[in-house]
Amino acid sequence: MRAPTRPTRLRPFLRQLAAHTVLLFLAFLFLFPFYVMLVTSFRAPQELFTPVFHWLPQQFTGLDYYVEALTTSPVLTFMKNGAIISLGILAVQLLTAIPCAYALAKMEFRGRDLIFAVVIFALTIPIQAPALPLFLGLNAFGLLDTYFAAMLPSFLSVFAIFLLRQTFKSYPDEIIHAARLDGLSEWSILWRIVVPGAIPAISAFAIFSLTTHWNDLYWPLVVIRSNELMTPPLGLSYFADSETGENYGALMAVATILTLPLMVAFLIAQRQFIRGITMTAVK
Amino acid sequence: MSADVVIGAASGTPHLRPRKLGATLSARLAYAFAAPSLILLAVVMLLPIAAVIAMSFTDYRLGDLGVTFAGVENYTKLAGDRTFWRALTNTLVYVAMVVPGAVLLGLLLAVIIDGLDHGKAFYRLVFFLPVTATVVAMALVWKYLLHPNIGPFNLLLRALGLPTIDFFSNPDLVLAGLAIINIWSLAGFNMVLFSAGLTSVPQELHDAASVDGLDHPLDRFFHVTLPLLGPTTMFVIVTSTITAFKVFDTVAVLTRGGPRGSSDVLLYTTYLEGFSYFRMGSAAAMTVVFLAVILIFSLIQARVLDRKVHY
Amino acid sequence: MAASVEIDDIRKSYGPTRSLKGVSLDIRAGEFMTLVGPSGCGKSTLLRIIAGLMPQSGGEIRISGAPIDHLPPKARDVAMVFQSYALYPHMTVAENIATPLNARRLSRFARLPLIGRLAPFQNVARARIREDVETVARLVEIESLLQRKPAALSGGQRQRVALARAIVRQPKVFLMDEPLSNLDARLRVTMRTEITALHKRLGATFLYVTHDQVEAMTMSDRVAVMMEGEIVQCASPQELYDAPADIRVARFIGSPEINVVPADELFRACTEMARHIGPQAADLDIAFRPEALRPAGEAPLFDCRLEQTERLGYDVLLFLRIAGWNGRLTARMTAEEFGRLVPCEGRIAMHLSPNALLAFDRSGRRTALHAAPAERSVREMAHVG
Repeated sequence: MRAPTRPTRLRPFLRQLAAHTVLLFLAFLFLFPFYVMLVTSFRAPQELFTPVFHWLPQQFTGLDYYVEALTTSPVLTFMKNGAIISLGILAVQLLTAIPCAYALAKMEFRGRDLIFAVVIFALTIPIQAPALPLFLGLNAFGLLDTYFAAMLPSFLSVFAIFLLRQTFKSYPDEIIHAARLDGLSEWSILWRIVVPGAIPAISAFAIFSLTTHWNDLYWPLVVIRSNELMTPPLGLSYFADSETGENYGALMAVATILTLPLMVAFLIAQRQFIRGITMTAVK
Repeated sequence: MSADVVIGAASGTPHLRPRKLGATLSARLAYAFAAPSLILLAVVMLLPIAAVIAMSFTDYRLGDLGVTFAGVENYTKLAGDRTFWRALTNTLVYVAMVVPGAVLLGLLLAVIIDGLDHGKAFYRLVFFLPVTATVVAMALVWKYLLHPNIGPFNLLLRALGLPTIDFFSNPDLVLAGLAIINIWSLAGFNMVLFSAGLTSVPQELHDAASVDGLDHPLDRFFHVTLPLLGPTTMFVIVTSTITAFKVFDTVAVLTRGGPRGSSDVLLYTTYLEGFSYFRMGSAAAMTVVFLAVILIFSLIQARVLDRKVHY
Repeated sequence: MAASVEIDDIRKSYGPTRSLKGVSLDIRAGEFMTLVGPSGCGKSTLLRIIAGLMPQSGGEIRISGAPIDHLPPKARDVAMVFQSYALYPHMTVAENIATPLNARRLSRFARLPLIGRLAPFQNVARARIREDVETVARLVEIESLLQRKPAALSGGQRQRVALARAIVRQPKVFLMDEPLSNLDARLRVTMRTEITALHKRLGATFLYVTHDQVEAMTMSDRVAVMMEGEIVQCASPQELYDAPADIRVARFIGSPEINVVPADELFRACTEMARHIGPQAADLDIAFRPEALRPAGEAPLFDCRLEQTERLGYDVLLFLRIAGWNGRLTARMTAEEFGRLVPCEGRIAMHLSPNALLAFDRSGRRTALHAAPAERSVREMAHVG
């Protein structure tokens, strides 16, 4: 929306100024919750309960809340669980989806189109739909309240299959032919030749997967009971529950600790992050 | 590809080749590649979906020894269940609040940022940040933010001499409070989608419009940009609708469906039914309803996406 | 090490379309055979079938007499250089060249990414692989590029890497699929001579595919002209030029394109020609090369109108029209000869020797030109091969 060439040079400048003003205002609103989260984690409790809002803590409690959070609550355990579960899910997703996507993209076999149609269909199914039977099944095998139970439904990623199939399809056939002539087996070709070429797509997917599963509440809530296995969102919600008297300081500290990893990762790898998370939409 | 009896077309000599041609990849290999995913697909998705549908026709409860067929009883009960309808209506009202808010805000941000000469990347980063934050964590922050006594929002209102608003204790306002949170975390996502759509509007069209007399940016926006953003907009609307429909985290953490069920949403009531009351049969029926709604919107989304690609 | 290749009645159909209609060809051991033809004629398809990358619908391929159809590509002992070079983008040049050696000489375990290095007894193999890579790199003059990745190389350099990767395997047969098409004109000329030199040095069997007839003519021992899924003629380059078996071959080989005139139009333009050739030729198409049109001289003579000239330095091309025919004739002569020409009102007389004529019947096949006096027949024999 560039302004047409006009004799006055003031117009475009004013327009830019107006745009920036609006945006800065909105940016302030958007960032305010983060600011509050941080600031509250540094405030003394008395400050919180006064009906006066101070921009900066009058009494800087320093890292007290953080220390309290790290020592009294299993925050680090939550994060450890989040990491184990997210990474475990990602590993299985990639190990199963990559060969399947390659078969769908580059090999010919009966039923290929049918399978792909099923994949497309499965893309629309939300993860909450199979929850009940999976819960019953895991219960029957006595596997509830384990890492495995928390990871199971997410092991399958039709989205990964779909996305990687697209990526693999565009991989030049001639290079695969050259590899066949050179003596590589199909399995080697997949993992040594084609996959290295798909690293951008795979990392974007990895970001999407890790973010989604780190932040997931529904399924962990269903299958996890013991504190030692709680994921960050689950752990936080229990922590919030138990915080009678509304110790917001500690709560905000825990919230900050748990949200920080993803946000820092985002700041470091912005473009990949945005690509990864908006991937579902651009399918 | 095994036995090949070929009648030579040009030369006319028949060849019998019982051996497999080395150039064809065995289908068995392909099946082996796809097998792990297919097994997972069956076990984790297809079978459970079938099971859910089947379960919705039973009155199974956790701990029952047997399963008794109950026909469409669950569905008829749902149709007459006040709680269920309340949850459904709440969800729809919620969606009706979130979607316009998130879509319009996303569009606004995308358009304004697109017109900037400097700082695009910075603003995009800022507005996308909420998308990456853990919902549960931010929900708690918002709980504090909107707190009737000590929350900065109400402190500001009081400073301006306005009455305070208690979002989460007021049955009429609780959905709005939750909607604000969702709009905040969704707008940035939509902004990115719209930005992608905007970059595909070629500058020549703007120039042509200017030449045609549509000088004012607002004119150009309504006559050039918006129509070309049509497919993107449709797509964003449908995606936001699906996302809003799946609301759960904020309800579970902040309101538990309260006060008095005024923020009970479809997924939450299904969750309670199945994992708190363990009435699996009726929970399955609810899940089927939920699934049906999502499927309908996904179909619309696919249709829109198709048109978008061919635009 | 060199092997012969027998292509026996190869057919390939995609559904209703037949892209190869029964192709048979015998390639001698150590020969440089070129498959030439316009785009879409099926030559690349044939190459891929020989390599084992595509299954044939019918027919057999034999290398040194042994059928290879049941073998996967890696067992056929053929190497291929692709038009797009098909280098592995994420590997260095050295790794690219080493890939076929690693695949064949190292055990599965040794080839695993990180832990492979722990496998026993591989050091000797790896050292030898390194040596072989360096030897081949020196052969194609890319020693200095070994640590670079393909993206950092020019087209010509990538070409050499692709060649090196093929050579390092010491295969029985080299297949080349239009390897020079993506290079600029000057580089193409250089690489032509290099590939020919490589062929002599290695003594291997080369099957070279191209759509460029200049490459075909300059590099090959024999050329097989393919059109629409069939081999129309297979002969030495000179023979193709002098004695094309089909009018399509005559048109395809030689630049500028051969002149083709229906016989009766030719007679109308120069009635004397009918006397030399014979009236029974009336149904045929008569073809003659541009250099066959000589300035003035003895009869038969054509009265031509000079429309355009193209000066090529040493040669000049003349574009002429003759009475009674819409088409344009191309003539070629040296600039010196052209200098001595004096067009009168834009008209020149051109001499065309009946001995330089080729005749093709309506179906495109070449026929003997005239059942003429014996002495002429003897002279014809030399041309009509």
